Amino acid sequence: MASLGIHNIRKIYPNGVEVLKGINLDIADGEFLILVGGSGCGKSTLLNMIAGLEPVTEGEITIGGKRVNDLPPKDRDIAMVFQSYALYPSMSVRQNIAFGLSLRKVPKAEQEATIARVAKLLQIEPLLDRKPAQLSGGQRQRVAMGRALAREPQIFLFDEPLSNLDAKLRVEMRSEIKLLHKRLGITTVYVTHDQIEAMTLGDKIAVMKDGVVQQFGTPDEIYNRPVNTFVAGFMGSPPMNLIPATLAINDGKLCAEVTVGPTGSKRVHLPLFGFDTSTLDTLTSTGSSVLLGLRPEHLTDTGRSNGMTANLTVPVDLAEPTGADTLIFITLGGARCIARLHPTAVAGRDEVELVVDTSAAVVFDRHTQEAIAFARV
Amino acid sequence: MNRAGRFLLYAALVSTAFYALAPMWVMLSTSLKTLDEIREGSLIAAPHAPTIEPWLKAWGTACSGVRCEGLKPFFLNSLLMTIPAVLISTLVGALNGYALTHWRFRGSDFLFTALLVGCFIPFQVVLLPMARLLGAVGISDSVFGLIFVHVVYGLAFTTLFFRNYYIGVPGELVKAARVDGAGFFTIFQRILLPISGPIFMVCVIWQFTQIWNDFLFGVVFAGSDSQPVTVALNNLVRTSTGVKEYNVDMAAAIIAALPTLLVYIVAGKYFVRGLTAGAVKG
Ligand SMILES: Nc1ncnc2c1ncn2[C@@H]1O[C@H](COP(=O)(O)OP(=O)(O)OP(=O)(O)O)[C@@H](O)[C@H]1O
Ligand SMILES: [Mg+2]
Repeated sequence: MASLGIHNIRKIYPNGVEVLKGINLDIADGEFLILVGGSGCGKSTLLNMIAGLEPVTEGEITIGGKRVNDLPPKDRDIAMVFQSYALYPSMSVRQNIAFGLSLRKVPKAEQEATIARVAKLLQIEPLLDRKPAQLSGGQRQRVAMGRALAREPQIFLFDEPLSNLDAKLRVEMRSEIKLLHKRLGITTVYVTHDQIEAMTLGDKIAVMKDGVVQQFGTPDEIYNRPVNTFVAGFMGSPPMNLIPATLAINDGKLCAEVTVGPTGSKRVHLPLFGFDTSTLDTLTSTGSSVLLGLRPEHLTDTGRSNGMTANLTVPVDLAEPTGADTLIFITLGGARCIARLHPTAVAGRDEVELVVDTSAAVVFDRHTQEAIAFARV
Repeated sequence: MNRAGRFLLYAALVSTAFYALAPMWVMLSTSLKTLDEIREGSLIAAPHAPTIEPWLKAWGTACSGVRCEGLKPFFLNSLLMTIPAVLISTLVGALNGYALTHWRFRGSDFLFTALLVGCFIPFQVVLLPMARLLGAVGISDSVFGLIFVHVVYGLAFTTLFFRNYYIGVPGELVKAARVDGAGFFTIFQRILLPISGPIFMVCVIWQFTQIWNDFLFGVVFAGSDSQPVTVALNNLVRTSTGVKEYNVDMAAAIIAALPTLLVYIVAGKYFVRGLTAGAVKG
């Protein structure tokens, strides 16, 4: 077990493409780090560099406080699950799991015990004597997990280990990984595209885009205090609404002026509660146009109002029942927005009255797309 | 397809097969005839009273140049030269292909291009430099020299074969093995070799055919007692003392061609499979 430090890491592939542009991440011993970001943003590359499989162009990687830039993979004491499973095609499942153990000279009896333990955990006991070609995608993925879990390394590296499982197995495996991490307390770096995996598993989340970390923080920070519109749009499903608005003072209170409905003929002033007005003073004086970030659950029906809310009547463009909630599509500030309502609040109506929890809003600069003010502290 | 079309198709196939096999038949039937029957009968007729005398003579007593011991010693020379040369060039080619695809280094692409050029260098060009080199190393006129020449010349091809095969093997496979603690040779031996069966067959057949059938290197670099069977066959057919024994010549030619035929019959299906097979996924 060890802490992991990534300091000013850059990666330029031999073909001249700069894939990572100065990454800084520090996680403590036993922490669970989630890497999320669009396809091709460099997540696998970063994982490979931590593993020692790709040389570091610039910067420093430390494991347990010790610089490991020049250490080969086998001496870094890591275990990794690859995106493409990478099972050895000529070996049976049993041999796949045992390969790393036998190279590390683990005694035969201990190997057997480990294989039995891992196979039970991952429900692959009946598959032990099969070759990878005779397994389904999900089974291969579990074997790949098993190969990593057979060892107790300093650091686990997982590259989208659950992406090919069906929904049920995925939920099962997710809690299995969480339990395992709780029990073993091994430092873990985990790449995923799945919001729920990111929110439930991570102690820390790093959101990446084009080789740059956009935000590095706890799941709560990432979800409630996104530093820019990319992070706001990336985490959460459906994503945070970004409503074009103008800041103004109305009745002595700080408000966001927003047009309502597809035609945009109606204008309302939403009072912004809980904002530190001093940060916004300079902006309001110029009538500055901003993006008001509001999550769908903060645009909801009257049943859930509290003291810090504003009311708003909007025409419904489209309603999408999802079971527990109904999502409605509305137009605010000319942009398509989504509100999350109780199913009974919508049924057959053209217009609904929404309660807007502006105390959960984030104000973004419309040009730089950076967050300029948060309501909650 | 209608009946007429099908008939035409089969007619074309049968006549092509006949055209290809006719020389084989003439050689075989002639090699089983006595000289008298050859003189009197027609070329394509089956032998009246088949005899294996010409075969025995070609194998054991026919004169090739000044030696009258048949093809036997030269056939053994060829085996002694071909088997090690095929195995060495195939194995080294596999290692090269593995290094060029999964252990890229600065200049590896250039090296591969240079090797490719090696495939197009005609035999004649390397004759003189190679003769100097063999002389300098002290293995000219020996079977070792011949093996060396064939290994070097074959490497370009075997490397190309294996490189193109291994490039289809996912890089994460090698990475996973490195994380598991395996080194360069362990990965080659435990991960890549076990999935190289088809391309191995292609390489072995290709190299065996090339080396066994080679005449030029044999005639230039072999000593009088390390000559391969191809050179001996030429000498045997051209030795002109007394009457021309067509039956012995034919038998000798078939003997010289037999190993390549055998290799194709035994391993031919792997050849096609290996040429068309992609590498293993997952
Ligand atoms: N060996 C390489 N040589 C050159 N460029 C590469 C190499 N490997 C990856 N890249 C490029 O680096 C970028 C990042 O790749 P990477 O595999 O790290 O993305 P990723 O974030 O893991 O994406 P995904 O979510 O699709 O797995 C991509 O644009 C890719 O094309
Ligand atoms: Mg990836």
